[in-house]
Amino acid sequence: MAALMKHISTPLINNNPITLQILGICSALAVTTSLSTALTMSLALTVVLCLASGLISLIRNHIPSVIRLIVQITIIASLVIVIDEILQAYAFQISRQLSIFVGLIVTNCLVLGRAEAFAMRNPVVPSILDGLGNGLGYSLILIIVGSIRELLGAGTLLNYVVLTPVSEGGWFEPLGLMQLAPSAFFIIGLLIWLIRTFWTQQKEAVKFELRTRSVRS
Amino acid sequence: MTELLIASIFQENLALSFFLGICTFLAVSERIETAFGLGIAVIVVQTITVPVNNLIYNGLLIEGAWAFIGLPDIDLTFLKLVAFIGLIAAMVQILEMSLDRFVPTLYRALGIFLPLLTVNCAILGGSLFMVERQYSFTDSIIYGFGSGAGWALAIVTFAAIRERLKYSDMPAGLRGLGNAFLITGLISLGFSAFAGAGL
Repeated sequence: MAALMKHISTPLINNNPITLQILGICSALAVTTSLSTALTMSLALTVVLCLASGLISLIRNHIPSVIRLIVQITIIASLVIVIDEILQAYAFQISRQLSIFVGLIVTNCLVLGRAEAFAMRNPVVPSILDGLGNGLGYSLILIIVGSIRELLGAGTLLNYVVLTPVSEGGWFEPLGLMQLAPSAFFIIGLLIWLIRTFWTQQKEAVKFELRTRSVRS
Repeated sequence: MTELLIASIFQENLALSFFLGICTFLAVSERIETAFGLGIAVIVVQTITVPVNNLIYNGLLIEGAWAFIGLPDIDLTFLKLVAFIGLIAAMVQILEMSLDRFVPTLYRALGIFLPLLTVNCAILGGSLFMVERQYSFTDSIIYGFGSGAGWALAIVTFAAIRERLKYSDMPAGLRGLGNAFLITGLISLGFSAFAGAGL
């Protein structure tokens, strides 16, 4: 049991898909302008990732290796179509805001990457748990970035006013930059710096060592 | 026409304002030569796939497309994801084979990046934007070329900056991925200055 739980806990920080594996970054950056879109996207991706890992692992011994990419993409694309239709039916507003990014789960390297790296070689239950763990690790970063951007950019969280803006008699001046593209890069960059300060084994090695200057006497 | 071209290269740059293809963008930008080759490949694939997907979408999937054989009620638009990704995979494969046959030097220069374009979200994203914004066939040719060129421009710029930063002395936690994000943020800030600029 402990071994199984490890599949869920490791991807949270120690092997986080976004900050360490560099998988699934595109959507993580684009949908984090508000917390509600970030939550919806996290939920959609976690569901797709769990189901895709489970299904691919289930038929892993029957897929010829030559066409495995096509089979995997088709399975993922079918699941994404289902999720996309569900979102359009029950959460139309949010589905508008997410724009093309639900469809882009198909080419999200996280889903394909975990299918290729884990689900093709492991039994069903660990694969589903690995999918769940990676989905949660992805969600964790999305929720952190989404909260920061919505709180500082509009003074709200999930559309509830937390910091009253100046325009409504409060003291808070919303930072317009937080709603724009560059802030997502800055926040994730700083988040990576923070994580790597505390989990030092994630630091990247120096590729080009500088020679320490010798002091002439 | 020119407005669409300029907008798709600068204001609506796929990599920097829609974050498409960022995984490849961060992974393949250590050297200018490879970044340049990948940029060219993206331009070629994007210029072909967006117009062809436009034809497929308007000719086969949209509601009423099957009216000519007496089935006017069929709406296959929900199949667009599978159709697009299939076409992109096929196009990349064909491009790979024809380059190998006719322009072997370029084929060797691109190497592994060509097949990897299938799972590059900038390519699929371009086609999905084409559907969402309802571009006509001519518009989609221009948009395909422009968005590809914008992506190429972004990755070459980024690779050039990263090459200069190889020897810089920065905090250990920021080395590699961390500073890559910060630099992309700064370039993206620069590109957003184009917003609202017209010709």
